[in-house]
Amino acid sequence: MLWNAFLLALREIRRNLLRSFLTILGIVIGVAAVIVMVTLGGGATRQVASQIESLGSNLLMIRVGQHMGPGVGSSAPSFSVADALAIQREVPSARAVAPAASESITVIAGNKSWSTQVSGTDNAFFDVRNWTLESGRIFTESELHGGRSVCLIGETVRKELFGALDPLGERIRLKTMSCQVVGLLRSKGQSSMGSDQDDLVVIPLRAFQRRIAGNQDVRLIQVSVRDGESTERAKQDLERLMRERRRIQDSEQDNFSVRDMREIASMLTGTTQILTTLLTAVAAVSLLVGGIGIMNIMLVSVTERTREIGIRLAIGALEREVLLQFLVEAVVLSSLGGILGILLAIGASIGLASLLQVPFVFNGGIVVIAFLFSAAVGVIFGYFPARRAARLDPIEALRRE
Amino acid sequence: MKESDPPIPTAERPPLIEFRQVSRIYGRGLAEVRALDRVDLLIQAGEFVAVMGPSGSGKSTAMNILGCLDTPNAGSYRFRGVPVESLDRDQRARLRRHYLGFVFQGFNLLNRTSALENVELPLIYRHIPRAERHQRARQALAMVGLTGWEHHTPGELSGGQQQRVAIARAMVTQPSLLLADEPTGNLDTARSHEIMDLLTGLNRDQGITVLMVTHEADMADYAHRVIHFLDGRVADTRPETEAA
Ligand SMILES: Nc1ncnc2c1ncn2[C@@H]1O[C@H](COP(=O)(O)OP(=O)(O)OP(=O)(O)O)[C@@H](O)[C@H]1O
Ligand SMILES: [Mg+2]
Repeated sequence: MLWNAFLLALREIRRNLLRSFLTILGIVIGVAAVIVMVTLGGGATRQVASQIESLGSNLLMIRVGQHMGPGVGSSAPSFSVADALAIQREVPSARAVAPAASESITVIAGNKSWSTQVSGTDNAFFDVRNWTLESGRIFTESELHGGRSVCLIGETVRKELFGALDPLGERIRLKTMSCQVVGLLRSKGQSSMGSDQDDLVVIPLRAFQRRIAGNQDVRLIQVSVRDGESTERAKQDLERLMRERRRIQDSEQDNFSVRDMREIASMLTGTTQILTTLLTAVAAVSLLVGGIGIMNIMLVSVTERTREIGIRLAIGALEREVLLQFLVEAVVLSSLGGILGILLAIGASIGLASLLQVPFVFNGGIVVIAFLFSAAVGVIFGYFPARRAARLDPIEALRRE
Repeated sequence: MKESDPPIPTAERPPLIEFRQVSRIYGRGLAEVRALDRVDLLIQAGEFVAVMGPSGSGKSTAMNILGCLDTPNAGSYRFRGVPVESLDRDQRARLRRHYLGFVFQGFNLLNRTSALENVELPLIYRHIPRAERHQRARQALAMVGLTGWEHHTPGELSGGQQQRVAIARAMVTQPSLLLADEPTGNLDTARSHEIMDLLTGLNRDQGITVLMVTHEADMADYAHRVIHFLDGRVADTRPETEAA
């Protein structure tokens, strides 16, 4: 009986091919949207995680304030170069310590300009962040001490400002400061969250403090931990030292934060996941709308086919047989929508993933869930029209034209 | 799902159809219409009965009740001795499925569905296996002279052919009772006589009881007897001397 109902449903769908297709379009789009969101979100999350991992799990970042992100914790006092020196002196597991301050600035070379992140730091920065040189050199001791106007630039800045020309020895302007390019950093490519890691200019910290920031502040200290030493231990040592140096009472909260990359990774992937969940919820609403579309068309279909239903009932169909027929039709319709949606989603996910340079992470679970959900939509939204059909009075139904 | 049909006692061979003071009233108060007014009717298995009467006299109303599609407001209808009023909707559907065949006023075939599939329909609801279904439907179509037309849809068939498909559909289950409401209503004389020959054959060769509404005396002549309706009452029953 179920098989019969299934065949009948297929025939009915084939008979009204265009209308059936339009009916399930809502489901197709809903299912596709949900799957694409989850797939791309999963890919983005994995990418963030893997890129942050690749930065090195031995990197610790000490920031002013308790939270990540701009504008937060600005009330807390900054660090100073002395803090960085103290770390080097008193935390033996710290291999390299790089104090830094940075700002987003429009840099100019010749008639070209480019907005980029300018960091003032010292040579330890290249060490902790694993930068290598494409050409040129890093800073000299005297350049660092004297806060000379020299800089190293990232690949993106080179491309934007110099094109095919050799940047070494050329001068670029940062606000009122004109500095000479002494080194070019080797490209690292896209980073997590799609930001370009090569989009940076590095100058001596002293030069940054004097010529750009106009103060002695250090906002960020990056520390790399010696191989074989525990990151967790180093983190505790750093926290204790900084609390001491910043004279934080036992009862008081830290006004700085020490994070290792794993923590940062989990925070960032958390953000991606929240975003994915939200977008998926929006997509799920379209599934609901698709379900209402199915209900609407099934009701129309019941009205249109009143006479047919009357004939079936008169010939001896039971109420539940007619109910089943219409219910199966709704479920077959919506499941078909689900299948089309899944195919569409897989195609779109592969395309979008390569477009957005996110890895394609196939999520079998969500495909199964989306399919079951679309079938459930058929049952839920098909039931009411089906019951209406089954309860028709055969004489009334036959009389209708 | 296994069929569980209402037990139909056949002891004593009760009459196939027994109306006792059957009334069917539509509407209420001033709008009240007595479509059937205390009708008594007795039809034995194997009869071929014609029903005649002016428009609005209650013929279709009686056919609907006979076909267990409708129930009387008063009186009792026994089909093979079973009081139909006591059956629920599903039980009446099972009765229709197993004992009745309908030829409706105006064909009532499924549109855009082949002749074969139309004829198969009642067999589907009897859960006859596919192969047997095909075979029986083809046989029924052959009996009404539609071999070669199995895959045509009603839209591709003439009125007479559609009517014959409707008859094939009604008889494919070999029902005890075949109800035909104006089976020749929209057909020309030659076609009408073909249909009448068909019904006569079914009645004579397969022992199917036939009840047929008609407006034409020519057609009524094929029946063993004629029941006349007038204003919801049975006017008189004229027994035929001998069937053709
Ligand atoms: N569903 C209904 N609601 C109200 N009145 C009805 C209904 N069905 C039939 N009637 C009335 O009952 C009476 C008998 O109708 P019925 O259809 O039985 O006539 P009939 O003898 O079949 O006529 P015809 O030869 O035109 O088919 C008519 O007066 C009709 O208006
Ligand atoms: Mg009538």
